[in-house]
Amino acid sequence: MYNNKTVLGALGGLMLTAGLALADPADDTLILNEETKLVTRTAAPAHMADAVDEVISGWHFRGVETRAMQADDFDNPGMIFVEQAEDSWNTADGSEGKSCASCHEGSDSMKGVKGVYPKWNEGAGEVRTLEMQVNDCRENRMGAEKWKYTGGSMQNMIALISSVSRGMPVNVAIDGPVQSTWEQGKELYYTRTGQLELSCANCHEDNYGNMIRADHLSQGQINAFPVYRLKNTKLNSVHARFKGCVRDTRAETYKPGSAEFTALELYVASRGNGLSVEGPSVRN
Amino acid sequence: MAKGVKPRVKVPKTAAAGDSITIKTLISHKMESGQRKDKEGNLIPRSIINRFTCDFNGVNVIDVTLEPAISTNPFLEFEAKVPESGEFAFTWYDDDGSVYETSKSITVE
Repeated sequence: MYNNKTVLGALGGLMLTAGLALADPADDTLILNEETKLVTRTAAPAHMADAVDEVISGWHFRGVETRAMQADDFDNPGMIFVEQAEDSWNTADGSEGKSCASCHEGSDSMKGVKGVYPKWNEGAGEVRTLEMQVNDCRENRMGAEKWKYTGGSMQNMIALISSVSRGMPVNVAIDGPVQSTWEQGKELYYTRTGQLELSCANCHEDNYGNMIRADHLSQGQINAFPVYRLKNTKLNSVHARFKGCVRDTRAETYKPGSAEFTALELYVASRGNGLSVEGPSVRN
Repeated sequence: MAKGVKPRVKVPKTAAAGDSITIKTLISHKMESGQRKDKEGNLIPRSIINRFTCDFNGVNVIDVTLEPAISTNPFLEFEAKVPESGEFAFTWYDDDGSVYETSKSITVE
């Protein structure tokens, strides 16, 4: 009898350890196309020193096959959309007969752009996301119709702009003219919403690494957006992800492209300052 | 004709004689199964890539029949033995009769 109990106890202990080990972020290094080493874990930026010590890309929280898929451009399904955006980069649209290339030349001229957005636009006197900037170009320089914020054409273009910055650090400014927007974003991050009364921080700061039913909670970093999700086989935008998360707390959500989500995007991006730009990434 | 179809292949540029090399292929294609319905309840007609072949210097390497359950943008990876320098020719056959072709040469050192 006693023997049996001891055996059972030992087994229970083993299972518990295995479960915890499984939920840790994977110990792995992301090397893109066997040449560029990306920073996927680094010391947390100073402004979040009392929250976490280390910031970790969502890449570490996904399975081995998914991680490998992102490490090679041929295997990464997100790169198909980058190719499509490259075509649209060079295609004239709108009343001015201009394409992106008419002003910006090659798409590699966008190198270094993704990591610093959202950022302050002096002329407009507001914080702008990359999507807002793209639509500003389309509307005012090309005389073309705006793209839907979370739509395919827009996110493909964001993926193209992001792809040329891969390996460069996320480095959004949080002071100066953007400070009040950043504070607003921080407030949203820590505000509980919905019937479940969950804030972003409840899952992504207090419980990253743990399982929420079948999902492995990450830190909710957005350095790797746009994200190709295996479940919907397309590129997903930051704001669509925010919307999904807020909806999952059973709250009415803000709209993609709204001032609230722009503020939240700025704040969440600043939580990943120091990580590499990864998009388009692959997640499940 | 299906829109935005674009074949891509990845073949090493060089290999040693008799080596087994890995070939990766991907074609962007919607692969409409023919089982789905649109908003009005009408069946969306089937439109898939139904066959894929790879030849090396005129000799067949692989000939694949693709079925409707295969997902969007079919990705196929396989190995081939290269006895000599030459050219891999890849062909995809669409339900609508279109044929998409591309090729890659390899040098045996």
